[in-house]
Amino acid sequence: MNIREMIDVLQGKVLVQNHDPNEELPLGGAADLMSDVLAFGSEGMALLTGLTNPQVVRTAEMAGINVIVIVRDKTPPPETVELARDSGMTLIRTGYTMYEACGRLYKAGLPGLGLVKMVNDSW
Amino acid sequence: MIPGDMSNQEITKVQELIYTTRVESVMASDVIVIDPSMTMSQVKNFMRENRISGAPVVAESKVIGIVTMNDVIRSMEDGKLGSPVTEVMTTDVRTVLMDAKVAEVVNNLGRRGFSRLPVVDHDGKLLGIVTTGTLIRSLLLQMDKSFQKNEAEKLYTYRASHIFQDISSDDTGLTLRYFVNERDFDNAGKASSLIKRSLQRLVVQPQIVRRVGVAVYEAEMNLVIHTDIGGEIVVEVRKDRVNISTVDHGPGIADLKQVLRPGFSTAPEWIRDMGFGAGMGLANIKRVSDVMKLTSDPGHWTRLEMVFNFGPDPLLPKTELEKSLTRGSQ
Repeated sequence: MNIREMIDVLQGKVLVQNHDPNEELPLGGAADLMSDVLAFGSEGMALLTGLTNPQVVRTAEMAGINVIVIVRDKTPPPETVELARDSGMTLIRTGYTMYEACGRLYKAGLPGLGLVKMVNDSW
Repeated sequence: MIPGDMSNQEITKVQELIYTTRVESVMASDVIVIDPSMTMSQVKNFMRENRISGAPVVAESKVIGIVTMNDVIRSMEDGKLGSPVTEVMTTDVRTVLMDAKVAEVVNNLGRRGFSRLPVVDHDGKLLGIVTTGTLIRSLLLQMDKSFQKNEAEKLYTYRASHIFQDISSDDTGLTLRYFVNERDFDNAGKASSLIKRSLQRLVVQPQIVRRVGVAVYEAEMNLVIHTDIGGEIVVEVRKDRVNISTVDHGPGIADLKQVLRPGFSTAPEWIRDMGFGAGMGLANIKRVSDVMKLTSDPGHWTRLEMVFNFGPDPLLPKTELEKSLTRGSQ
């Protein structure tokens, strides 16, 4: 699935465009816990989240994520949009809830990480 | 520009610009318009004075027609220069919405052979005009900007990566120091972002840059969330590894075992609302670093040290590294 197809599936709106719409997305992930993003985020992953603060962009940047989808049609504050623009992040908004956005993308063929086995007794 | 000379990357850039740039940012907004009360003779003089070959006919801010040099020539041939412009102009005008993508303009100007497209808002009000000229000018400008940015980054990378070859010593290390303020959420993560970029410029392997990024970001958030008076991050880049330490002067940690347990957190509710404070920070750091060491004097200071080896076979074995860290923290 490429970025353009993802936007179609989510009926999304592009808030910040920093990538070629034809760029392929290897997989997707969703989290509202930033530590989870840092733990499972991988290079090129599309991140779905319900958070809109600028730290989402920072966290994604650190995890090597390039595309962030904000669910439930929330409008991020201007600081978040500005940071996304400056740090080369593509920011998309969708009217679907987290559950439905994930479901639609998965059904349309965007895979997830599969079974995750964490070390160090973490959950 | 010759298409054959463009790299794939540049072609992608053009496509990206065409599909993402809005028409309003490539239009000329100082449109020369023709008043519907003019005769064709007046239009002829008006076009010559303004050195244009066509213009929209506008009444009450709305485009009611478009007239071109061809229309002028035709009315000269037919002896109709005295006719009002409204009788000669094309009334079926192709316009483009301000928030349409440039791709639509390219399609109309190129394939359909229009030479100018009036740009209108959703009420049909004229905002500007786009021609091949305005289009090419703004696309070239944007490509130049992106090209310069790429070239500058290449140059920074080249210069930085030469440090370890150009500087002679028995053991060269590059120290980067960052100050982090407590509760400063607006800037939280900025130091990590700068550290990540600096390591990229030093041509550290991408996988290691990523691991360092994750660890140092968690550590930076800890300084922001949990310290009384902020702290500092010191990054030491060596030939074979990166050493990172974060130091703060309070409040310290009473039970080190407890904070290392995944899921344990003392973060207040509002921090959790921001997506932080899940008690996974130190667990994440431990997972991505080769060596992690946390020391603290309750009521005084906390020190977190991390090591990331560049190669699979570090020059110093792990036990030696741990020993050197212990020495450092005393």
